[in-house]
Amino acid sequence: MRALTWHGKHDVRVDSVPDPEILNPRDAIIRITSTAICGSDLHLYDGYIPSMKAGDILGHEFMGEVVETGSGSTLRKGQRVVVPFTISCGACFHCSKHQYSACDNGLPADNQDIAQAAYGQPMAGLFGYSHMTGGYAGGQAEYVRVPFSDVGPIVIPDGVEDDKVLFLSDILPTGWQAAEYAQIEPGDTVAVWGCGPVGLFAVQSAFLMGAERVIAIDHFPHRLDLARRFGAETINFEETKIYEALLEMTGGIGPDACIDAVGLEAHGFFADNVWDQIKVSTFTGTDRTHSIRQAILACRKGGRVSMPAVYGGFVDKFPLGAFMEKGLTLKTGQTHVQHYMPALLNAIMEGKIDTTFLISHRMPLEQAPEGYRMFHDKQNEVTKIVLKPGMDLPQAA
Amino acid sequence: MGTGLTGTQEQDAPITTSKDSDRSDIAAAQLDAAKGDTLVGKTVTINRPRQDLYDYWRTLEQLPAFMENVERIEPLGGNRYRWTVKAPAGRTVEWVAAITEEKPGEAIGWTSEEDADVANSGRVEFRDAPGGRGTWVTATLLYDPPGGIVGKVIAKLFQREPAIQVRRDLRRFKQLMETGEVATGAWTQAQRAEEMN
Ligand SMILES: NC(=O)c1ccc[n+]([C@@H]2O[C@H](COP(=O)([O-])OP(=O)(O)OC[C@H]3O[C@@H](n4cnc5c(N)ncnc54)[C@H](O)[C@@H]3O)[C@@H](O)[C@H]2O)c1
Ligand SMILES: [Zn+2]
Ligand SMILES: [Zn+2]
Repeated sequence: MRALTWHGKHDVRVDSVPDPEILNPRDAIIRITSTAICGSDLHLYDGYIPSMKAGDILGHEFMGEVVETGSGSTLRKGQRVVVPFTISCGACFHCSKHQYSACDNGLPADNQDIAQAAYGQPMAGLFGYSHMTGGYAGGQAEYVRVPFSDVGPIVIPDGVEDDKVLFLSDILPTGWQAAEYAQIEPGDTVAVWGCGPVGLFAVQSAFLMGAERVIAIDHFPHRLDLARRFGAETINFEETKIYEALLEMTGGIGPDACIDAVGLEAHGFFADNVWDQIKVSTFTGTDRTHSIRQAILACRKGGRVSMPAVYGGFVDKFPLGAFMEKGLTLKTGQTHVQHYMPALLNAIMEGKIDTTFLISHRMPLEQAPEGYRMFHDKQNEVTKIVLKPGMDLPQAA
Repeated sequence: MGTGLTGTQEQDAPITTSKDSDRSDIAAAQLDAAKGDTLVGKTVTINRPRQDLYDYWRTLEQLPAFMENVERIEPLGGNRYRWTVKAPAGRTVEWVAAITEEKPGEAIGWTSEEDADVANSGRVEFRDAPGGRGTWVTATLLYDPPGGIVGKVIAKLFQREPAIQVRRDLRRFKQLMETGEVATGAWTQAQRAEEMN
């Protein structure tokens, strides 16, 4: 089959590789029909994630048609499914509490060592995201092997097009969980840092959960426009002092809940990145914890901070004093995708959540390297690229 | 709450977590017919009843399904078993070990016979986890590393070091018992076969 493979920094290629096979009873093989490039993939692209090997297949946001099933799978050939990015067994203590991203059994035993050393306990497996998260082949390919196919994938009713449901795999549940973790109460003002896919879905979710106002923060005009489309007020952090603006816009109180949807991934905070040019115009300079620190300082006393954003290791200058004195609550974590999928599929079908607005580009799998380059270089216009393995290559002009 | 072999009367932490340099001797004193001077031990919680887990383990022939470095275990009759275990550099080592303790639903102990190349003894214990959360499985192993310290370093390079192996084997046992399979990141049969070597 053809698959997007990683070979090093800024070097991804579409290669011919062996087809995946059923290896365990609960496996299924999916023929991919749509697969998105995620902001997190750019981190692999930039070469910042350790434990990658040349030839690794990327991709963790995908869907397709079931073409083969193991004896323990509950799927049937021909069904269309969206697959969660987290690989969770459904049987361990954590899965039984619906804490799917904390699954004990998603990672192969050997791969658990690194996560255990880094975090104290191993986490669930992830598709296409380095060997620290299991070394599982991802879904930017024609086919993929899906473990635990009886508990992960959700079956999509006929007639619902891919583009509407694809984001059930990651960013929609992530934005939803972020809003849920903000424990929104009627009358609340919610501030959201970052208007990428996660932030934009958090904006929509916050309104659905009863927020009175949502204030969205970014510096890309097009992304701020999208937030405004869903009813958010916006702040451009390149032009405005965030803490001062948030206090003025909330009568001096601060937002009731703050959502950090930026994290390490967004602008990397790495030397060769756009972030470097931005940081001089903001008040906190070089620190990597910029958005989460702003969120803690701006949040009202007794308020809630929700952090879907991914942080890797240790952070510097975390305002623990402000956090304690103000009595804030912080909730975070990788998304328990399987837990949210059924209700969110219903919300999409009922037209309560708009998902397709996010897709700025659709292209064949063969053009994935070009897609990575565009997504990397033009974040304002390129909000989401969906690769379609079955799509024809555009005719040469 | 105590966790298996304990170090002293003053605390409940298991001897395998002790800072005491004599911890192997203390553990040996608590095992039947202990052999070996290097101690490793690990506990894992498995979301299954104690008796099921005991029954699987007591059928020693099945253990290679999750003990990646054990090629096979053959019953020789009379509670004696021949273990064939992968060693670094594509070699194997063999020994005969006898079951020394057998408490249905609770514990299994074994020890190698006198002339074994790798003297070792061990015990696996099954206890109800608190709060009805399944079973605590504790494996304790005493062994003499082949070729002393140098052998141990080489074994570690090849991931055959018992401390690493026990930890990973217990995780695989948990996967097999909870999910019915052992997780793999491979995507073809050929890749998985390679991983197992
Ligand atoms: N918890 C999970 O399971 C999970 C799942 C998916 C993604 N994530 C994480 O969520 C975060 C957002 O993902 P995304 O795909 O939306 O990323 P993205 O890169 O598309 O969006 C991030 C946005 O943040 C903006 N930004 C950068 N610095 C900012 C600042 N200081 N203040 C305000 N905005 C700022 C950027 O301009 C960008 O638009 C990432 O950290 C990602 O890894 C977490
Ligand atoms: Zn993603
Ligand atoms: Zn699980």
